[in-house]
Amino acid sequence: MKKGVMRPGHVQIRVLDMDEALKHYTDLLGLIETDRDDQGRVYLKAWTEVDKFSVVLREADEPGMDFMAFKVVDETALQQLEKDLVAFGVEVEQIPEGELKDCGRRIRFTVPSGHAFELFADKLYTGKWGVTDVNPEAWPRGLQGMKAVRFDHCLLYGPELAATYDIFVNVLGFHLAEQVLDPEGNRIAQFLTVSMKEHDIAFIHHEEKGKFHHASFFLETWEDVLRAADLITMTDTSIDIGPTRHGLTHGKTIYFFDPSGNRNEVFCGGDYTYPDHKPVTWQAEQLGKAIFYHDRQLNERFLTVLT
Amino acid sequence: MVQTFRICEQHSGRSFICEPGQSVLKAMEQQGLRCVPVGCRGGGCGLCKVRVLAGDYECGKMSRVHIPPDALAKGEVLACRIYPQSDLAIECQPQQAVGQVTK
Ligand code: FES
Ligand SMILES: [Fe+2]
Repeated sequence: MKKGVMRPGHVQIRVLDMDEALKHYTDLLGLIETDRDDQGRVYLKAWTEVDKFSVVLREADEPGMDFMAFKVVDETALQQLEKDLVAFGVEVEQIPEGELKDCGRRIRFTVPSGHAFELFADKLYTGKWGVTDVNPEAWPRGLQGMKAVRFDHCLLYGPELAATYDIFVNVLGFHLAEQVLDPEGNRIAQFLTVSMKEHDIAFIHHEEKGKFHHASFFLETWEDVLRAADLITMTDTSIDIGPTRHGLTHGKTIYFFDPSGNRNEVFCGGDYTYPDHKPVTWQAEQLGKAIFYHDRQLNERFLTVLT
Repeated sequence: MVQTFRICEQHSGRSFICEPGQSVLKAMEQQGLRCVPVGCRGGGCGLCKVRVLAGDYECGKMSRVHIPPDALAKGEVLACRIYPQSDLAIECQPQQAVGQVTK
């Protein structure tokens, strides 16, 4: 967090059908609808999140991710980061306050992998959902489905990982927690963080720019991941793989798809990192084990199914 | 008795039964076949693209990047988003070299 970038703030996801998508993200994942706007976008949050929203759904004729945003500590840090990005040669777009309801001004930029990111300092603080700020209970009643705890990270596919790394590490102050190297020493996957989590954002090398692999939500326990798997079956939701464990991060996970084909993950556990930790390295020859620790081989979909 | 439809995939020569209201891809998966590649099952990833050579069907929403309007006019569809209304002859698209995690 050395440059003031604090944590993931929100992700805007395109969906083919809003009603189907909303049912998936609320009834199954357990996110809570907090608002809608006149563009038809729907705002959602997970119950432990303190700001008004972390997921925005937008109906469009192709699914995928519009952008992911990080919250920075304050306006001063935002101004400095903006200057640093411009000095680094990154084109920065201004998004005025209120373009997303109850969110302050954002700056938006596209990194060489082809993905759009945003930084912002202010969003309406609504507190955790269903519990009080003082003497809070352990959890609120009335949560649905998987009862997602928080929006945790995204995994994105695109080219030019090295140039993307430079922006995240050298300009935005991220730290490389884990990587996959090919035999020539090229980084084909990079897991970057501004926190103690193994990733706040991750990239895997792919020829086509700007592809979305998954948005991930945190659960507390392995039991919760197994329960999520039960719910995926009960609702006849499209499953990808799991429950299983990743080698990278060692998180326990399940992958599935929203009704528009965007991949979601819910997971628990995972390693921690501090800025003095050296990156954990996986060799590309061990990619199967790095991704799916139990099967030790990739399913075809992991590399090819993207939105 | 419910009327069912027979779906014939030309490359593999495989055929399977599809019930009304069921997507072609789902019917294929249920019968343990793999003649069309299975991805997201939501019309988003494009993996299950096929061309319909004969027969009638209804379409659900499909990603426009994978099925632009001119492709749709040529009978190119996503098998996870078509619901047959008669027997169908379908053909898998030639598999392009899809993304590899290599430089
Ligand atoms: S399986 Fe992804 S579009 Fe059909
Ligand atoms: Fe993940």
